Amino acid sequence: MTINPDHPIKFSPMHRLQWEEAQQKYVILYPEGMVELNQSSAEILKCCDGIRNLAQIVSELEQTFATTGLTNDITAFLEVALQNGWINQH
Amino acid sequence: MAGSTNINITPPRWLLAELTYACPLQCPYCSNPVDYAKYSSELSTDDWKRVLTEARKMGAVQLGFSGGEPLTRKDLVELVKHARELGYYSNLITSGYGLTEEKIIQLKEAGLDHIQVSIQASTQELNDHIAGTTSFHHKKEVAHLVKKHGYPMVLCVVIHRENIHQMPEILAMAEELGADYLELANTQYYGWAHTNRDLLLPTKEQFEQAEQIAQAFKEKVAGKMKIYYVVPDYYEDRPKACMNGWGTTFLTIAPDGMALPCHSARDLPGLDCPNVNDYSIQDIWHDSKAFNFFRGFDWMKEPCRSCDEKEKDFGGCRCQAYLLTGDMYTADPVCSKSPEHGVIQHAIDSAKATASLKSDEKPLVFRNSKNSKGMSSAVDIAD
Repeated sequence: MTINPDHPIKFSPMHRLQWEEAQQKYVILYPEGMVELNQSSAEILKCCDGIRNLAQIVSELEQTFATTGLTNDITAFLEVALQNGWINQH
Repeated sequence: MAGSTNINITPPRWLLAELTYACPLQCPYCSNPVDYAKYSSELSTDDWKRVLTEARKMGAVQLGFSGGEPLTRKDLVELVKHARELGYYSNLITSGYGLTEEKIIQLKEAGLDHIQVSIQASTQELNDHIAGTTSFHHKKEVAHLVKKHGYPMVLCVVIHRENIHQMPEILAMAEELGADYLELANTQYYGWAHTNRDLLLPTKEQFEQAEQIAQAFKEKVAGKMKIYYVVPDYYEDRPKACMNGWGTTFLTIAPDGMALPCHSARDLPGLDCPNVNDYSIQDIWHDSKAFNFFRGFDWMKEPCRSCDEKEKDFGGCRCQAYLLTGDMYTADPVCSKSPEHGVIQHAIDSAKATASLKSDEKPLVFRNSKNSKGMSSAVDIAD
């Protein structure tokens, strides 16, 4: 499964992305399971609003963190996210 | 006592709220205690809300509403709403019996995240026989409604000798119902399942065949449906890492308020499991005798104590060790390194011998109050 660069990316309604105070980290919650996220993964997923596509997400994050060259890292993570069903594209 | 000091105590992540032992179904593999009829008192709505609040504050985030049948509690919607406000991910673990579309909508509005529906078999005849209730068509209808209202749907099928031959049909049914997750739970032999083990435990050949079919299906539906496969530990070489380690992750609260490190721990002797009527969740998790009993490794006997796999499986399940050997400190006998491993082969042989009997020679003991009261008195006499 690969990311279609033209289509918007949406966090899956079958999962929940949530900040956990006790763990001081973001987690993905789904039936009887939980994935703990590092900060950069959480920032990427928060951009998956069903409106923005890959290039727009990259540009947004590069701007926020005042950096460049994030395309490969973000694409690689989103492909993992897609395979795990955390995001989808329609 | 067992347990040891200076252990880093991690916070609970999973809270299993067994709201009630009441259930309209009579499944002969139910994991509730066989003498559940003795525990008729139930926590009040306010007690449950306090338990949820206290556990959430400590870091619990996954919440299972279970039972018995949790739908029999009149305050379920109120408890779901409270859980959502606290930020739990709420799982309703139900037989689907009595679940209406109206209730599904109410629960959704209250913030329920997911519904797990159990089905006993792929045919009406066998489902209704195992459940002890006419329920097959209603369960399928419920599965459709769960999907219709946008919940992730987990279909749970407990696997045993009476339905293992239906594996291809069970998989087809899960696909037809549009399950997002399929839990294929090989029966774990505690509680009622232990009582009925001779009638429920399949042969190794049956397991292997069913597992192959499930594996091929898993590959076929990859990306569409996830399969949770609960392993049949009697046919494994190593024990399950029970509860991810005692008192590390899981907290079960029984209907009467007893706090348990695992849902079978009530049967272990001398643990003095605390009740939420007497203590806060914080005190129970950190300071109670029961939750510290098997934390760490100091309680272990050989061969576990010097085993290089002890940090992987924690010596297996304490309840299974006690149930099968009478010694809760010994290695889980499903481990091939256990000196008591022979009890497993004995159980397998005994089940095989029973398979050739006619059903009226040794019938299943169904899970209901009458049978439970009978078992309670049998237990009392044995004590």
